[in-house]
Amino acid sequence: MSQSVHSSGEHQPDENRRDFLTLATTAVGVVGAGCALLPFVDSMNPSKDVLALASVEVNISNIPVGQAVKVMWRGKPVFIRHRTEREINEAQEVALNELVDPQSDDARVEKKEWLIVVGVCTHLGCIPMGTATGETRGDFDGWYCPCHGSHYDTSGRIRKGPAPANLVVPEYEFLTDTSVKIG
Amino acid sequence: MSAPVWNNAVVKWVDDRLPVFSMLHHSAYEYPTPKNLSYMWNFGSLAGFVLVTMILSGIFLAMNYTPHADMAFWSVERIMRDVNYGWLIRYIHVNGASMFFICVYIHIFRGLYYGSYKAPREMLWWIGILILLAMMATAFMGYVLPWGQMSFWGATVITNLFSAFPIIGDPLVTWLWGGFAVDNPTLNRFFSLHYLMPFVILGLVVLHVWALHTVRSNNPTGVEIKSPQDAIAFHPYYTIKDLFGMGVFLIFFLFFVFFAPDFFGEPDNYIPANPLVTPPHIVPEWYFLPFYAILRSIDFTVFGVPAKLLGVLAMFASIIILFVIPWLDTSKVRSSKYRPVYKWFFLVLFIDCFVLGYCGKKAPDDYFMGIEGLKVITVGQLATLYYFAHFLVVMPLVGKLERPKPLPASISQSVLKEGANA
Ligand code: HEM
Ligand code: FES
Repeated sequence: MSQSVHSSGEHQPDENRRDFLTLATTAVGVVGAGCALLPFVDSMNPSKDVLALASVEVNISNIPVGQAVKVMWRGKPVFIRHRTEREINEAQEVALNELVDPQSDDARVEKKEWLIVVGVCTHLGCIPMGTATGETRGDFDGWYCPCHGSHYDTSGRIRKGPAPANLVVPEYEFLTDTSVKIG
Repeated sequence: MSAPVWNNAVVKWVDDRLPVFSMLHHSAYEYPTPKNLSYMWNFGSLAGFVLVTMILSGIFLAMNYTPHADMAFWSVERIMRDVNYGWLIRYIHVNGASMFFICVYIHIFRGLYYGSYKAPREMLWWIGILILLAMMATAFMGYVLPWGQMSFWGATVITNLFSAFPIIGDPLVTWLWGGFAVDNPTLNRFFSLHYLMPFVILGLVVLHVWALHTVRSNNPTGVEIKSPQDAIAFHPYYTIKDLFGMGVFLIFFLFFVFFAPDFFGEPDNYIPANPLVTPPHIVPEWYFLPFYAILRSIDFTVFGVPAKLLGVLAMFASIIILFVIPWLDTSKVRSSKYRPVYKWFFLVLFIDCFVLGYCGKKAPDDYFMGIEGLKVITVGQLATLYYFAHFLVVMPLVGKLERPKPLPASISQSVLKEGANA
């Protein structure tokens, strides 16, 4: 085949045409198979009923200053902490360049006294301790993840340990002074 | 390789149309096998036996198991308490998973020691690694099914590993979960895949044996079969030896099933899954511990690549690297029996894997074997370093530098010589 001398030159264009057809057919086949696969792959994404449960309303009037609660949102916990004056100051005073994932406290809260974060460690998804009174809150007064030792501060920012990012702030809005909608 | 003559008319009739009997005869009866195989060669057939055991016990478990987040835990408890012999079937399945990994790990170390991965057995070796990967996926998903605390949090931590990948990480994890956390959709798909994967493994095993029968078994000398004197027929010599091994192995297996059924398990998995409380100490099943240790040992950033991603890559690399060792090993000699230097490095690798396992079990800040000042994480890092250095540095270098001992002229000659010395 690799011989350059063909007895008749007419073979050449013919073979090229056949190669092209094979290639084009294969390409169409692959694209078709890919399209056929798509619905199956997508069926594994969150379904409509799962998406429909995407927001919750929480009454926060009964959370005293200095305490926090856990609520479920999209199958995972959300921490709502009623911060003390001291906790707010701690969160605001730290210099941004000291942070692993620099973010000011103002950018993470809507009202200073309420910190609302997803209670899932950004390392590998464990639930940090420190919400219930008496639990250890780590070296920075926020939360401590026992799985691999991540410490979060009073703004839910990562300060020490293997987690790469701050606790996620979910979308939320205060419906009234005593009620908040998460999601 | 004469075609067998079938005397039974029915057998002959079938065989003329679909040569199943000829194939069986060819591969399980007359298959010429090196005559010097040691008991290290029993673990392949044992692994196959365990695979069949897992499929059978699994099918019966599935008849009583309910794959729903609210019911899974209690359906397993019902299997244990109310279903006739449910406890037996479940304990066979639970301990069978551990037995499967024991057999396969011994089988792999056997291959490493005797150089069974070298030409012409690369495909055979590759398929073996694919089987290992498929087993890991199967066992991981199976462990999620009883929906206890370890099931749930193990699933959470392991699926979260994929979030380490940039850009695609988070959508990928959401896709794996079918939601925004490990939940009922996750349990459902894991059950479906846990049912499927063993049959994929079965298919891979068929390919594995096909490749084996194409290139023939290696043996303790690493010298290929050169003449008919080097080999004996598989049946009855190795069928009987494999059966004997199976008897011994069953004593071992059933000891755990009947007398220490929870030996390999974590007590926390008898607490129903609670998405709001993480157990203080999450550990994977013993067969994942070395890999978990490698994952955790990377707690530093390199060139801006975050530790989390590096850890995940290192963990995957620790298995992927096995694919390329046929080319990393530069020695012309297969069997470590004739490799006075490499032999010792092999021993170090073997011990290294146990050290990694130990580190995976302990909390990173604990002290290694209680030695004051020696942190588990540090030892884990050193052990990880050796693991990779073994394949990337030791294998290529020792192969070039070492002077191997003289090889026997043939399998027969080595057998006769050992006989004379005895
Ligand atoms: C490659 C072979 C297999 C391996 C390594 C394997 C592994 C496992 C493991 C580790 C568990 C968790 C046991 C526990 O802690 O309770 C499990 C559970 C389970 N497996 Fe398998 N399995 C295999 C094949 C199968 C097959 C073929 C089926 C058939 C449907 C099956 C059905 C189940 C069911 C229903 C459970 C949940 C009940 C329970 O937890 O005891 N497995 N498997
Ligand atoms: S999951 Fe929190 S530190 Fe690893």
